[in-house]
Amino acid sequence: MTIIELKNVDYQMGKRTILNNLSFGIKNGDFLTLIGPSGAGKSTILKLIANLISPSSGTIFYHGSDIQKLDPIKYRRQVMYCFQQPVLFGKTVKDNLPFPYQIRNKEVDLDRLDSLLKIVDSPAEFLNKEINSLSGGEKQRVALIRSIVFLPKVLLLDEVTTGLDGKSKEIVHRLIESVHRQGTTIVQVTHDQSEIQVAKNVLEIKSRGLVNEKCNG
Amino acid sequence: MKNVTVSNLSLVLAFALVLVSIAISAKEKLGLTKDILISVIRAIMELVIIGFVLKFIFHIDTLWLTAFSTLIIIFNASWNANERNPDSHKKLWSSIIAEAVGTYVTLSLLIVSGVIKPIPMQVIPITGMIAGNEMVTIGLCYKALNESFHDLRQQVLEKLALGSDIKMASMPIIRRSIKTAMQPTIDSAKTVGLVNLPGMMSGLIFAGVNPIYAIKYQIIITFMLLSATGLGAVISGYLAYKQYFNEQMQLRD
Ligand SMILES: Nc1ncnc2c1ncn2[C@@H]1O[C@H](COP(=O)(O)OP(=O)(O)OP(=O)(O)O)[C@@H](O)[C@H]1O
Ligand SMILES: [Mg+2]
Repeated sequence: MTIIELKNVDYQMGKRTILNNLSFGIKNGDFLTLIGPSGAGKSTILKLIANLISPSSGTIFYHGSDIQKLDPIKYRRQVMYCFQQPVLFGKTVKDNLPFPYQIRNKEVDLDRLDSLLKIVDSPAEFLNKEINSLSGGEKQRVALIRSIVFLPKVLLLDEVTTGLDGKSKEIVHRLIESVHRQGTTIVQVTHDQSEIQVAKNVLEIKSRGLVNEKCNG
Repeated sequence: MKNVTVSNLSLVLAFALVLVSIAISAKEKLGLTKDILISVIRAIMELVIIGFVLKFIFHIDTLWLTAFSTLIIIFNASWNANERNPDSHKKLWSSIIAEAVGTYVTLSLLIVSGVIKPIPMQVIPITGMIAGNEMVTIGLCYKALNESFHDLRQQVLEKLALGSDIKMASMPIIRRSIKTAMQPTIDSAKTVGLVNLPGMMSGLIFAGVNPIYAIKYQIIITFMLLSATGLGAVISGYLAYKQYFNEQMQLRD
């Protein structure tokens, strides 16, 4: 079953064509890896799918409905985009992890946060850490947990492991794996050779969004 | 009121003061000579016209004409506040609502509490004072919104991606902008009487009113401006931030 489908998607920036007539589908429960040269439009594709930007023409479908016709807020809670360089808010980790609860008007579930922090090897005291004192890897972990506190249906990961050391990468992979096992469809963008080698479904984005499908597995 | 008449000759001599600023501009090569001249000429013409219009309105003294004048003042202030908004998707009505609510609420309180009488001679200058101060506040609020949406763009995007509505995503920006906008009014309230003798009070003392009475008025004016600018900042902030998003709740470029 297809969960996300792009149909003849164009994306223009002023006069520049970033994506030209791009079409492809993502199957429910899939783990898709997008690769391609810098500037090919990979981040743009993920942002389009997350409805953070809209195509200049063409349509993106979610379970068969045009995403422009869905409630953008509800949609983004199901199709979650994680930024290439995440920005944390406020002063401490605590200012970030409760945010998903606040926007849903829900009580913060500390047990849930605890168990998520455990997956990434962080003690509960981690919540009180100052943002400025976090390493790049720690920031990325906070940002990821922030995105999956409420499990999304689709998780769009934009080079979330770029710049992390081996250990941090491993922890992030573990977290993503656990999310995938729970049924979330994953679309990741990466330049990392080791990630590309183990990837099952790879979609290569060439310039302006020409695609080239490869299957390793 | 003998003390407050200005002879036409004094007026002409006072023009020498303008020459001082022109001389500074010329000497320092500021290139402001033309601007200064134009603004002086504009000010003279506008004030002369206003003088005659006010004389006419005070003379007719009907409620309808007074109410109409306040509308004109509010519209004019809204227009100018809107001009100060750097956002290309700005909407004039957000300024009009902010100005109208801030001004009329404050004005009503003043009239109901008997501070001023509903006569044009009191209502019109007070309306001008309220609307003018609000205009500055609203303009500051717009500028702060624009700057904050620029500085905190990534944070807003991040919140939208997490499924936040546009209000939650903009909350720190809205708060910061309202605060920035109200700061000058609060600051000047702090220094009233010590550093600056505000216009209203100076005017009353000038006209020979007992300084104790003048002070009472000034206290009221200070309260009035806090209320009006507070309302103006809050309303304009909460209306204008929405224009930074499109109908898909995406942050515009
Ligand atoms: N905000 C922007 N302003 C101007 N151009 C932009 C903007 N965002 C993206 N672009 C352009 O759109 C094209 C695609 O950008 P995109 O970020 O999607 O590429 P990418 O494949 O993710 O590259 P990378 O691997 O370097 O992250 C690039 O040529 C880029 O210059
Ligand atoms: Mg990218």
